[in-house]
Amino acid sequence: MAAEWTAAELAEIDISPGRRASWRLPGWLVRTARRPHGVFGLVVVAAVLIAAAVSLVWTPHPLLAADSSHTWAPPSWTHPLGTDQIGRDTASWLLAGARTTVLVAAGATAIAALVGLALGTLTASLRPRFAEPLVVLVDILVAFPVLLIAMLLATPFGGSIGVVVVAVGIGYGVNLARVVRSEIVRVNASDYILAARAAGTGLLRRLWLHVLPNVVPVLVVQLSLTAGVAILAESGLTFLGYGAAPAEPSWGRVLADAQKYIGVAPLSVVWPGVAIGVTVLALNLLGDAVAEALDPRLRSQEARDGA
Amino acid sequence: MLSFTLRRVALFVGGLFVTTIVVFVVLRVLPGDVAQVIGGIKATPEQIEQIRSEYGLDQPLVVQYVAWLGGLLRFDLGTSLITHTPIGAEIAEKLSVTLPLCVAGIAVALVIGVPLGVYGALRHRTTAGRVVAYVAQAAAAVPVLWTGLILILLLGRGVGAVSLLPTQGFPKDGWADPAAALASIALPALTIGIVEGAVVLRYMRSAVLNEMNLDYIRTAMSRGLTRTGAVLRHGVPNASISVLSVVGLQTASLVGGAVVIEELFALPGLGAKLVSDVGNRDLLSVQGIMVVLTGLVLAIGLVVDLAHRVIDPRQRRVEA
Repeated sequence: MAAEWTAAELAEIDISPGRRASWRLPGWLVRTARRPHGVFGLVVVAAVLIAAAVSLVWTPHPLLAADSSHTWAPPSWTHPLGTDQIGRDTASWLLAGARTTVLVAAGATAIAALVGLALGTLTASLRPRFAEPLVVLVDILVAFPVLLIAMLLATPFGGSIGVVVVAVGIGYGVNLARVVRSEIVRVNASDYILAARAAGTGLLRRLWLHVLPNVVPVLVVQLSLTAGVAILAESGLTFLGYGAAPAEPSWGRVLADAQKYIGVAPLSVVWPGVAIGVTVLALNLLGDAVAEALDPRLRSQEARDGA
Repeated sequence: MLSFTLRRVALFVGGLFVTTIVVFVVLRVLPGDVAQVIGGIKATPEQIEQIRSEYGLDQPLVVQYVAWLGGLLRFDLGTSLITHTPIGAEIAEKLSVTLPLCVAGIAVALVIGVPLGVYGALRHRTTAGRVVAYVAQAAAAVPVLWTGLILILLLGRGVGAVSLLPTQGFPKDGWADPAAALASIALPALTIGIVEGAVVLRYMRSAVLNEMNLDYIRTAMSRGLTRTGAVLRHGVPNASISVLSVVGLQTASLVGGAVVIEELFALPGLGAKLVSDVGNRDLLSVQGIMVVLTGLVLAIGLVVDLAHRVIDPRQRRVEA
């Protein structure tokens, strides 16, 4: 029977779940929290958030307390991660650096979500005549390296954490627009959207009630990756001199400062890298866990692999 | 195929055009007086006025843009506002460091990523296979700057555990002494290769894993091939096609990585020049470098897409 079907007919069959999505606590979130790397991701993200909050009221040593008799002190009880070139406590700086990390990650993902949702919804909902040029524009902007966007913005505005946030937000927002668009187009083709249209539901109401709840999970996957990229971009741009200012605590700042003295204190290079690496790894794994929780195909494959 | 090629080339040209507009407009948003920078802090208002008219900075923006674009079409990028040297020639000279660096970086990435990705997929149930996957995850999560620093600590001449490769600078006479030039881009290329290789590895692994479950592998096994043999002979070529597009998409991050790496290893490449020109607010030079770098990314995307069409017959059938 199935052998007689043509490829075109097979493509017509809608196999996506036809149920109406809702805004209640979704199953994929629960399933994410049940997988080991999902747990790892959530725990690390929570830890960074707590570190950022704690550093607002307490750090082991005051940030600017420079102890010039103890420059490049090795790890000890008073300075668990040692001190830097002018005797400031590295552990305190890393703790306070979590603030900048949270700020950069949250800001960039917020802008990316805004840009992605707006452009994605527009390109999926407008008439082809208006949507086509936008789609082409998005395709073009995707090729623009994020670092170049940041440097472009830094030329007139000067470097700052804000430049990093805006550059990553725009750079990954256009990536997101493509994902959102294809997801909306997919959802729009399903029967329950047809039913909603037949029932006279308007475009905006349809988007809000039926389409966007379906897009959110995909959005979460992409945004967790974007947060990771933002943290990496901060370290790169701060090193180049276009990110955090010299007295601004950030992981990129600590890394950039330590880099200059790599011959004197090699160990001090390691800590900020580990902080950044573990956080970005956690965000990537969190994204993977959400993707797997969403995609039954990945779930079964993983059950077979036992990974 | 022809209509696809034409449309794809049109997108490339359109992309370059949009790039020139975006770059030009953003750099002029806040004029941040270039004339003041050229004249220095001691310049009198009259001198600044003179500089402004000399460089055409007093013209309307549209006129400035059209003049610049006209030059671009003749491959004339103008003259630097700060150093008074032709920008095109300087970019060409810097590319003689940056291009070999990027090519070597991609080569290392493929040499690391492809075989290990296939291995990770074939042995995905074993400890070794899992270790490969986890290491790739971790390598993709650290800043490229940090990877470079760790490599310096391991292999850098003077500071490394094994004092092997130079960590700073590039021979003054360029490629006149190929061995010395190669040695000085070895560590930077290795850094880029590891960072990008981790991404290639992850995509290769998941692409091969996907192919392994398809029917044609079972068919090949029923004809007597081992699972490994069937995957290597039929699965890997198919998986490579999808990884090709990934390599194309990665060039954007590669360019960003190259800027950081050139700065870290003090290589006199295009990225390092961009950093100093942004600092000097040498608008024309920044414009030129941005367009060249973005053009490179767009061109590689074009080549990859066209190659994809030629290699993969399934893509063509969808068209027809």
